[in-house]
Amino acid sequence: MSTEGPAEASPPRSPIPDPRSLAVLVEGLVKRFGPTTALDGVTFGVEKGELFGFIGPDGAGKTTLFRILVTLLVPDSGHASVLGLDVVREYRALRQRVGYMAGRFALYPDLSVEENLRFFASVFGTTIEREYAQIAPIYTQLEPFKDRRAAALSGGMKQKLALCCALVHRPDILFLDEPTTGVDAVSRREFWDLLGNLKQSGLTIIVSTPYMDEADRCDRVALIHRGRLLAVDAPSAITSAFDRPLLGVRTKDRYKALLAIRRYEHAHSVYPFGEVIHYTDKRADAPVNQLDRELRGFLVASGFADASVELLAPSVEDTFIARTAASDEPRSPNPNLEPPDPGSRIPDPAPRGAA
Amino acid sequence: MTDIAIEAKDLTRTFGSFTAVDHISFEVRTGEVFGFLGANGAGKTTAMRMLIGLLAPSSGTARVAGHDVYTESEAIKRSIGYMSQRFSLYEDLTPRENIRLYGGIYGLTRQQIRERTDRMLARLGLAGVADEQVRSLPLGWRQKLAFSVALVHDPRIVFLDEPTSGVDPITRRQFWELIYEAASAGTTVLVTTHYMDEAEYCDRISIMVAGRIGAIGTPADLKKQFGVDSIDELFVRLARPAEKRIPDPGSPIPDPYFPSDTKP
Repeated sequence: MSTEGPAEASPPRSPIPDPRSLAVLVEGLVKRFGPTTALDGVTFGVEKGELFGFIGPDGAGKTTLFRILVTLLVPDSGHASVLGLDVVREYRALRQRVGYMAGRFALYPDLSVEENLRFFASVFGTTIEREYAQIAPIYTQLEPFKDRRAAALSGGMKQKLALCCALVHRPDILFLDEPTTGVDAVSRREFWDLLGNLKQSGLTIIVSTPYMDEADRCDRVALIHRGRLLAVDAPSAITSAFDRPLLGVRTKDRYKALLAIRRYEHAHSVYPFGEVIHYTDKRADAPVNQLDRELRGFLVASGFADASVELLAPSVEDTFIARTAASDEPRSPNPNLEPPDPGSRIPDPAPRGAA
Repeated sequence: MTDIAIEAKDLTRTFGSFTAVDHISFEVRTGEVFGFLGANGAGKTTAMRMLIGLLAPSSGTARVAGHDVYTESEAIKRSIGYMSQRFSLYEDLTPRENIRLYGGIYGLTRQQIRERTDRMLARLGLAGVADEQVRSLPLGWRQKLAFSVALVHDPRIVFLDEPTSGVDPITRRQFWELIYEAASAGTTVLVTTHYMDEAEYCDRISIMVAGRIGAIGTPADLKKQFGVDSIDELFVRLARPAEKRIPDPGSPIPDPYFPSDTKP
């Protein structure tokens, strides 16, 4: 990609909330596996009662981060606390209070729905009956199938059972690692509706997903890519930080038009997005109507007489593309990453280059 | 040769008392990018397994690349490429070794394999990692390589089962450009996806609902026909009844392929 605009200066950040109201506080977290750096200095905070999303593709570091936060993995450096408890030193106390739904279906396929739930309840020293109120909104949908083996459930039902098992010990915070991956668009919506209801009960919920369009379901999101956070903010704030006008081109022969626009001298980014081609211009500060007019002129001259051009509101996915296109070029450490928290109580994490 | 790549008529598959695929009829034209959509459990996978010659239909007919699914499943397998999200490449082999393996399986000569290896690696920009284990490559690179490997024997049709699941947005788009490239060279592409924006990239799509085809057409025509703004909206509208698998008699879904006498 060509130029790096001034917008890549630093990711937008929402004001840091009062540390006492934080359910999760993470500072400079680093985790390596051999030559691979899974987490490369990750810093963020999640408030109590928030529905917080990690949005990023496979391999971005989402699962590693979640496993550290639920005390299943120890970081190489940096700090993390959940519900005020240190994830390394106070893991025993913390384990009683977190609910975790792993990305892979992690229930016992040979046990029935009810047996799975009973097992997870017993591990935490409780019973389905005692916790029924907590899980009822979800479990009532599963109860007609309670004798069915977990392996024989549909994808959406498996996810609901896994959610029940993660909730059965009344956790104060819930970590859901890619609960909607591979699930169809309808079941995904239903699952997010469930999470919305759970949030109403005051539970803090942290979810990861590779589907960018799910960002809007969250109070705040972190865009994560190659072990780094590209932005942490409310979805609307993330999209409003898009640094230049986003134009949409509609034409019959999209693929040919796509290739043609790439040859346009002012093209900054050109990519398909559903039925529209998304376009940004190198001249970030030029007036929109000029960009619009000139692009349309180019299209007509290139043989796309039917092409229309319109100004679009950027989505979270557009923002992700813009930021990763810029960051994908150099694989070297990015000095623009998260600046240290000004309001943080925790002293600076170990220098990132040191380990 | 005809310009119909896939032709299914009343194709049906039952498992015991359960009808997974219920009299589906559709055609895919040569060189078309056809999106095969549906909710989990709607019958997509069963339908696809019948079309690629891995599962015998209970009734109905289908021809794929001109071959009958009942009697010529081996010929079908030689005429098609297949790539799934879960498994396509051997991770402990290198890109070069994977290409050689698949080229060999499909009976290419050493000379052909050598030429295609160089061409594919150059096209994908993977020449620099040609001799590294596939497992060490980013998912997006692996998926692009898997797609090219699925095309190594110049199949007439390529079946892609959720090829972009979990892939980052930029690579996902590069992947679709590979699809367009293959289609404009005459390869027919049948693709499934859970990304509804990708449905818009297809020439035509079908949406399976409870074992049947609930809608079929170009994305633009379908949006017009159902009065919706996006395929996502259409999908949610159609696919919801699929969970109960009860046909809705009051449904506004036009059903050109199911004269009422074929319904159970």
